[in-house]
Amino acid sequence: MDITTFLIQLLNALQYGLLLFLVASGLTLIFGIMGVINLAHGSFYMIGAYMAFALAPPVAATFGGGFFATLLVGVLLAVVLGYVLEWVFFSYLYPREHLQQVLMTYGLILVFEELRSILVGDDVHGVKPPEWLAGTLPLGDVMTYPVYRLFISAVCLALALGMWFVFARTRLGMMIRAGANNREMVQSLGIDIQFLYRVVFAAGMAIAVLAGMVAAPVSSVYPGMGNQVLIVCFVVVVIGGIGSVRGALLAALLIGAVDTFGKVLLPQAAGVLVYVLMALILLWKPDGLFRA
Amino acid sequence: MSLSSRAGFVVAVFTLLALYPLVSGSFGIDLVTKTMIYAILALSLELLVGSTGLVCFGQAAFFGIGAYGAVLLAGQGDAASALWLLPACVAAAALYALAVGALSLRTRGVYFIMVTLAFAQMAYYVVHDTPLGGGTDGIYLNQAPQLAGLDLGRPLVMYGVTLVLLAAVFVFLALLLRSRFGRALAGIRVNEQRMRATGFSTYPYKLAAFTLSGGIAGLGGFLFAVKDGFVNPELMSWHLSGALLVMIILGGLGHLRGALIGAFAFALLQELFKSEAVWGPLARHWNLGLGLTIIATVALLPRGLVGLPQQWRDALLGRAPRGSAETAP
Repeated sequence: MDITTFLIQLLNALQYGLLLFLVASGLTLIFGIMGVINLAHGSFYMIGAYMAFALAPPVAATFGGGFFATLLVGVLLAVVLGYVLEWVFFSYLYPREHLQQVLMTYGLILVFEELRSILVGDDVHGVKPPEWLAGTLPLGDVMTYPVYRLFISAVCLALALGMWFVFARTRLGMMIRAGANNREMVQSLGIDIQFLYRVVFAAGMAIAVLAGMVAAPVSSVYPGMGNQVLIVCFVVVVIGGIGSVRGALLAALLIGAVDTFGKVLLPQAAGVLVYVLMALILLWKPDGLFRA
Repeated sequence: MSLSSRAGFVVAVFTLLALYPLVSGSFGIDLVTKTMIYAILALSLELLVGSTGLVCFGQAAFFGIGAYGAVLLAGQGDAASALWLLPACVAAAALYALAVGALSLRTRGVYFIMVTLAFAQMAYYVVHDTPLGGGTDGIYLNQAPQLAGLDLGRPLVMYGVTLVLLAAVFVFLALLLRSRFGRALAGIRVNEQRMRATGFSTYPYKLAAFTLSGGIAGLGGFLFAVKDGFVNPELMSWHLSGALLVMIILGGLGHLRGALIGAFAFALLQELFKSEAVWGPLARHWNLGLGLTIIATVALLPRGLVGLPQQWRDALLGRAPRGSAETAP
């Protein structure tokens, strides 16, 4: 592997890792703060990708188009949907056992997949990146790198920084962290924890939807795409430590690197490498790298 | 229910199953054989979830390894004898369960759920991505195995063998759970900390239960592969692991007969939602109805069908529900 190929793969690994982080961060936050294990989180990613495919034409017709307009409409829809979902389904799950949470969210996956099948069909679709991001950058003498992949990395980095800022530096973040520590105490101090949870859930869903939307031009849009991401995100969360956003970031980048370079160096074993890595880390640290 | 009425119920179920071929056509035979195999799988999972309190989300892998073992070990030659093929498949699944259990039992709670799921996906990708098991296309069983002169390729023989094995697994687990070992598992479910304090080393008990459960799931896999004469990676799909969890919840956690009831109730629901006569063109989207039923089951039937009479009694008498005290981790 020469240095240019290595650089390209490194950029791919970074892009995949950051994307995984976006999805996994929602999963780990919802677990860390509300104690709910949400299998349907992968479906949110799938919903996002299908939104990128299905929303572009109507948005173009109404607002005259634009990539960011589509993203904005998708995220707003996701926030509303997340708020309603938390209200109707998830708010009943907080005191329940993990097993019941697993089952109810598993039922939700089936519902989302079938609704997707009824509304959009089961075909695989490609999504075009916007024209101003469709070009490539020259790398070395013969290789090029698509600008859009760099754009994905940039969006993910910006969101990760934004999340860190909200959690560590704002009053809202402080209330959320306090709520994760002691629900009753925060409530008795006059903060509406129910509302707070709803906001966190909606935000987690919006981030997963956004990840699906920006990933759609690279990954294309296909049935079952959410489940694939969900299971890799489980590996990320297990390696990083449940509830730890920092751990999720590190683990996602690690998985991104192992998966991307594994596909190049050991194509036969690429599907398994990620799980082998998880097994090794479990042997070493059963609670993940950073226990929240 | 008292012990005798519970035993009566189970004996009645098995008697009905034994008499069923007298009134049924080939479609019904195939469907009930399949459901009985799922009942074996549900029982294997009940040993972990209901009896030991370990929520395993990877049972499909052990099932799939048993099924692939049946096809790969039988080879391309003459009909193999089930007398060595069946134990070999069970052993293969149990070995994988031993390895997965040894690692994943180091974790607990939500970690355990995610880790067992991830290891099951690993097995899925091994058969999906490598030529070992025919890749995504799967492979055919060359010739159905023989069992003491009986051809397992014949649906009625298969029905009988499956029924006998289901009964054997049920009786075995019922006796096991009444043994000292079973009591230790129940102790681990209720309070693992206290079990350790009383001097039990809980890890070997959990690992033994996990391995045993994997072996029983492998038995189910063997039966499934012989019944269909065909295996593909979808056998290991995590949807099966999820469906098995739904079955034991639907039937009622903490009861072996709950796994039986759950497997049959689940099969009935599936057939109902797949029925074109009822749903018309929507029947193609039968997963929608199934998903909504799962959600409703979790919300309304926390104790499953087994607990339904008690739940109604509580509601009629205006008592606070006794909650899930008997299934609490």
